[in-house]
Amino acid sequence: MKFPGNWLRKLVDYQCSDEELAHKLTMAGLEVESVVPVAPFFDKVVIAEVMSVQKHANADRLRVCKVDVGNYSDEPLQIVCGAQNVTEGMKTVCALIGARLPELNIRQGKIRGVESFGMLCSARELGLVSEADGLIELPDDAPAGISFREYDGLDDSIFTLKLTPNRADCLGMFGIAREVAAITAGKLNLPEIKPVNPEIADVLRIRVEEPQSCPLYCGRIVKGIITSTQTPLWMNQYLVRAGLRLINPVVDIINYVMLETGQPMHAFDLAKIEKGAEQEIRVRYAVANERLRLLNGECLDLQEDLLVIADSSKPLALAGIMGGSESEVEGGTTDIFIESAFFSPAAISGKSFKLGFSSDSSHRFERGVDFSMTRNALERATALVLDICGGKIGPVVEVSNDLPRRDAVEVRQKRIAKILGVDFGIELISEYFRRLQFGHSVSGDTFYVVPPASRFDLVIEEDFIEELARMHGYDLIPAQLPKASAHMLTEPEIGIAPVKRLRQILVARDYQEVINYTFVDTQWEADLCGNNLPVKLKNPIASHMDVMRSSLFGGLINNLQFNLNRKQSRVRIFEIGSCFSKDNDEEKEVENLAVLCSGNVHPEQWGVTDRDVDFYDVKMDVESLFWPRNIDFESAVHPALHPGKSARILIDKSPIGWIGELHPRWQRKYHLSQSAILFELQIEALASDLLPMMQVLSKFPPVRRDIAVVVENEVSMAKLLEAMNSEKDKSVSEISLFDLYSGENLEQGKKSLAFRILLQGTEKNLTDQEIDQAVNGLINVLGRKFGATLRG
Amino acid sequence: MNNLEDLVSTAIKLFDQAESVVDLEQIKARYLGKAGEVTLLLKKLRELTPEERPVMGERINQAKKLLEDALTERRNVIHEKNMSARLAEESLDVSLPGRGFGLGGEHPVTLTLTRIESLFHSIGFDIATGPEIETDFYNFTALNIAENHPARAMHDTFYIEGGKLLRTHTSPVQIHYMQNHQPPIKIIAPGRVYRCDSDVTHTPMFHQVEGLWIDENVSFSALKGVLVEFMRNFFEKDNLSVRFRPSFFPFTEPSAEMDIACVMCNGKGCRVCGETGWLEVLGCGMVHPNVMNHVGLNSEENIGFAFGLGVERLTMLRYGVNDLRLFFENDLRFLKQFN
Repeated sequence: MKFPGNWLRKLVDYQCSDEELAHKLTMAGLEVESVVPVAPFFDKVVIAEVMSVQKHANADRLRVCKVDVGNYSDEPLQIVCGAQNVTEGMKTVCALIGARLPELNIRQGKIRGVESFGMLCSARELGLVSEADGLIELPDDAPAGISFREYDGLDDSIFTLKLTPNRADCLGMFGIAREVAAITAGKLNLPEIKPVNPEIADVLRIRVEEPQSCPLYCGRIVKGIITSTQTPLWMNQYLVRAGLRLINPVVDIINYVMLETGQPMHAFDLAKIEKGAEQEIRVRYAVANERLRLLNGECLDLQEDLLVIADSSKPLALAGIMGGSESEVEGGTTDIFIESAFFSPAAISGKSFKLGFSSDSSHRFERGVDFSMTRNALERATALVLDICGGKIGPVVEVSNDLPRRDAVEVRQKRIAKILGVDFGIELISEYFRRLQFGHSVSGDTFYVVPPASRFDLVIEEDFIEELARMHGYDLIPAQLPKASAHMLTEPEIGIAPVKRLRQILVARDYQEVINYTFVDTQWEADLCGNNLPVKLKNPIASHMDVMRSSLFGGLINNLQFNLNRKQSRVRIFEIGSCFSKDNDEEKEVENLAVLCSGNVHPEQWGVTDRDVDFYDVKMDVESLFWPRNIDFESAVHPALHPGKSARILIDKSPIGWIGELHPRWQRKYHLSQSAILFELQIEALASDLLPMMQVLSKFPPVRRDIAVVVENEVSMAKLLEAMNSEKDKSVSEISLFDLYSGENLEQGKKSLAFRILLQGTEKNLTDQEIDQAVNGLINVLGRKFGATLRG
Repeated sequence: MNNLEDLVSTAIKLFDQAESVVDLEQIKARYLGKAGEVTLLLKKLRELTPEERPVMGERINQAKKLLEDALTERRNVIHEKNMSARLAEESLDVSLPGRGFGLGGEHPVTLTLTRIESLFHSIGFDIATGPEIETDFYNFTALNIAENHPARAMHDTFYIEGGKLLRTHTSPVQIHYMQNHQPPIKIIAPGRVYRCDSDVTHTPMFHQVEGLWIDENVSFSALKGVLVEFMRNFFEKDNLSVRFRPSFFPFTEPSAEMDIACVMCNGKGCRVCGETGWLEVLGCGMVHPNVMNHVGLNSEENIGFAFGLGVERLTMLRYGVNDLRLFFENDLRFLKQFN
């Protein structure tokens, strides 16, 4: 809502500056977005009449004018002027000698040898607009010698309110004035609205077929108006400064009264209404196959949930939203029908959103219009039409049904104190209700308060408590930390994924966290996840963000590409976030953790021969997240990953994630200059229910034996380890791989693996014989199961 | 027996002349070895009379001890000398960079989320979470946002095929939590939220933290107390000015908007605060009775407050980030500034 401050000052007498008022409004919940002066500072600028125009003797483009500036000079002033639109008899604006304009000061001087006693101005020179062509042209009746600031009301500021949807009462000047009176204790000066007596008997009957949607409808006919008249300057100023376009006197008047009262109205050209035998206007819902061309040029196929104003044969207007162009008031219109109605918010809400356009009218009706003003607004508008356009007025026809109820609400002093944490006391509460002009009575410590018709947001006790808090000032309610119980919060050590710790581990391992959008390209889902049934957005913000990710890989690969393009070749990133999938048409949401690692193992530095990261480097990162739990890796194929360099990650035999090198196909497709190793895990799997339990340390020193065995290349290390662990003697405490060899001195297709075996007695030192027996046992297992031989 | 004294003094002189451990050991062998002079003297004790034997034995042992002490001393001197010589040769350019891995870092939004969580946790707020794909009921209806309410148009909602939606705020977590827990309830709910809006100051996905406290002695005054305390601790400014002004949210009544004095210009007015000196940082209010009723809580007996704050906004203010979109571009040069 935009309005000029001078308009408000006419309606309510408040004793503070624009800035102070803006602050008070903001602190009362009517946020003032801006207060902008209508014009920058300038002075000694008056209205002037150009008496004569002559060519300048020494310059083709200049004229020498004689200018009447009223009382400022007995003789017309001689002024040299360069504007091309200067003509004899025109009314324009003159900056006198000594005038201070935004960009220059006016002095007496000679221009090409001719004395000039001032300057005729364009709107640009006064700082009113940024571009202007020629002098300001004023109407013929503009009085010469009057200050232009005064004449054009330029000592004014435009307020812009950012209203919350509950405060529809402030979508009219009267409502804002009431609010200002309440918060400043200023005196209201609202204009008195008197009914205008009808001079003719012409009426249209009104048939309201939907009384619930339209509980109140008032209309009247005005005949014989002249639309070629001018609306007065003050009204034009108000309309333009409130951000409305000037259209024609009738529409301008209706808009003006809407700005005043908050009541939207509509004028129909009476001649274009097919009155039929009943001579009536109907308020009904649209029926199938009806069409209507609207004032905004759109031609609408009407849906049956749209309320319309119709004549005997067709819809004329979308009730409360927009008029139709066919019955529009135009230059040639002489007879009109003016409608002022109350459409219930439920009938209008959401309609303009669905239609894709909004109007000043729908904006107000969907939030709630003051139905106590509906008939008054019509009287006010018709009085102005009579004044400005002439014509003869018919009687008001009013059809009224059940209007919204305004029942008294119980507001208890104790409840106010409980909710706000501060007790205002009976007197202050009464004072606030009185300032708000809420009808109320008191019984003991309970108030019975009646909300005004203009307020649709006051229904329950708490709504009134907010009003009281507003009047008191939120800032004056003390801020107090409540006493709370000493109830301690649980800090589970097991059973939940320690997300913070996982982050710290990855950070310590040189990974940078990223956060990506959860909506991704359909193609990523297909390429990287083999997911052809992703969770789809109905209204994506962009076509490449149209489905919900089922994996974090896509975002990470995109980050890799972004950073490689910016010469960052060592990319180590991770993300923790939700992933989405469909399970029997039911959306499923899981939290995943994923890592992408690409480029050199180390940051480039001295003294380190570097190499690209590989599968095993990153495998250690996976393992470190689970430490000290055992996880398993088994070769498996994933759409995003290199088929020979990828594995499914398992814990207790159930799959929990993937690791592998990016498939070269995607490296090419996504234009990546280098490959990457990725892994992704379900966060849930990282929760451990193992609480550490101390094991007694052996007093006997461990014994180490190394064995190297030769097996076929295809035999996985894990199989060997598993076999040994399952059949080992109890004296063997640990078996681990410490070397892997293939090549020279080995048969083709074979590899040698060297294991370190730690043995430890629990009750005594082991004898050589016991040690040999245990180690041989392991060798035999490998020989039996995998044909392994000891490496000579 | 002057011989013995001569022997000792000669030996000590030789020890002191030895320049290396090897030389010293050779000299030692000459006196204390198996065929060394002192050893031989001890062997000869047998030839003495029983009366002479202990006296002589005592003297020889004293001499032996003198030699051994001298030997240890000389050995230490030689070691010391050798070490000094080695140390003189060994020295590093300590200004060369350390070797190995670097250190990664958390996303700035995570840093802020963690700070918010730990500040609220410190006064007893538990952390709750909820789904990002929500139903209309949880996102709107249960929060008192009716079907055609204009507030629904304020939320530019992303819809999922099949009728569900991406939550537009973290407030639905309130509802889930209230359905499953009895008061007192004291939670914050951090998480991702979505709005169909993208420009210089909006990203279609961002983070919010919702707060809810329902208890006997909770009031608007307590709401102010908690949030002022939070902002001052978050920005580590004890005298941070704040203000509360009336606002509108369907799920709270009374509702308020909280502003803090601009942390960039200390309230003097700058580009960040639009020259107003104030920054809008969060919306809050007393839980609307209709919300209580939706989850079966008696609104007469239960009073609570709720608030919702934007994590990106706080991050930008805290670390001077001037463009919201940087958070989701994931440019390593940007991210590494927060490590």
